Amino acid sequence: MYSNGYILRFAATVTIICSILLASAATLLKPAQEENIQTDIKKNILRAVQLIEPDQKYAKKDILDMFAKRMSSVVVDPAGTVIPNLTADEVNADETDRLPIYLLKDANGAVTAYCFPISGKGLWSTVKGYLALDSDLNTVRGITFYSHGETPGLGGEISKDWFIENFVGKKILDTNGSLVGITIEKGKLRADTKGKEHKVDGISGATLTGKGINEFLMGDLERFNPYFTILRNKVHNEVIS
Amino acid sequence: MNILSAKNIKFVKDPLMDNNPISIQVLGICSALAVTVQMRTALVMSLAVMLVTAFSSLAISLIRNKIPSQIRIIVELAIIASLVILVDQILKAYLFDISKQLSVFVGLIITNCIVLGRAEAFALQQKPWPSFLDGIGNGLGYSMFLMTVSFGRELLGSGTLMGFRIIPDSFYAAGYQNMGLMVLAPGAFILLGLLIWVQRSVTGTVSE
Repeated sequence: MYSNGYILRFAATVTIICSILLASAATLLKPAQEENIQTDIKKNILRAVQLIEPDQKYAKKDILDMFAKRMSSVVVDPAGTVIPNLTADEVNADETDRLPIYLLKDANGAVTAYCFPISGKGLWSTVKGYLALDSDLNTVRGITFYSHGETPGLGGEISKDWFIENFVGKKILDTNGSLVGITIEKGKLRADTKGKEHKVDGISGATLTGKGINEFLMGDLERFNPYFTILRNKVHNEVIS
Repeated sequence: MNILSAKNIKFVKDPLMDNNPISIQVLGICSALAVTVQMRTALVMSLAVMLVTAFSSLAISLIRNKIPSQIRIIVELAIIASLVILVDQILKAYLFDISKQLSVFVGLIITNCIVLGRAEAFALQQKPWPSFLDGIGNGLGYSMFLMTVSFGRELLGSGTLMGFRIIPDSFYAAGYQNMGLMVLAPGAFILLGLLIWVQRSVTGTVSE
């Protein structure tokens, strides 16, 4: 039999050794992990604007090159005014008064897609992703969810290709031009579902994850909408004049 | 002491056939179902489990005479959990895509009965080197099943092996279709059941 003092000392020693081991591993590996996460975010932005294929494998270098070559960015304030001389890289994704928007430009310098971060509560976890709109600022070009802790096989399906492809081509504005967003339905869309261009198939068994996404997706669209409204009016006025 | 004596070799070989953790003891089934859709993830998972089992057995065996029996399970779990977190961190740093696919299942190695089972049943009584070999052997026995099941599931379910296309496009043009069942968990159950049947008829094991 061991004395209580011995047991306590033994437990303390084991705990200290384990924590030193883990703490040093975490510190040493942090830079490499951070780099992977940043590359993964860039990959998701490129995926949202449909520059890369879902099944294809891409080297880290290709992703970074493509991102540097094709994407640029602006930062806007909540009223929709562009903050000059600031790129999205200098802004944290969770800031509320500085909103980063990534732009995809074609060879002539015209913007063909707008991509911005979306995030909020799913069922268990914070879901983070990107939403990209076509140059009409109405049609969804693509969406990705790159970080979440939802149940694998249920809520976790949100990051799967079949789910995110449902969003492509959906409209965020109704025919009057007011913002309605995209709603994840409960279960599959039926033939007689109204407003199909604003709705996508839900995941059975993950209704609450869908509900969470619906809420923050609408919130984020509203956050970025002032800027998009300014852009839409500008195009509109140019057409008239 | 000969480090690869016949007795020591037996520690590695036994768990492969006569005392396989999956087919005979039916342990570690949960992860065997979850990560076997593709061979690549199954391979990484196999290596992770093998390393964790081997090194946790080694560590526990090294301090087996010092561990107070009242808190031995907690100590074993602390060691296992530390190793699993270490493996998870390394995967996140060097194999990011695979670590994303494995998601929670790396963390769940902690609860894999094989690891704690070997620590309790073997490493607490045996010397470090046999314990290490026993861990490797059990890891290999687990890997063997994982790789076989994932081979079948990836080939039939996606038409690929290790991510490379095996079934030519002309087959698909001629009307061949991937078997959707194999991508889902029931496909793994069926394959695993068949494998256990085959394996038990070979070894002649009968469970009461």
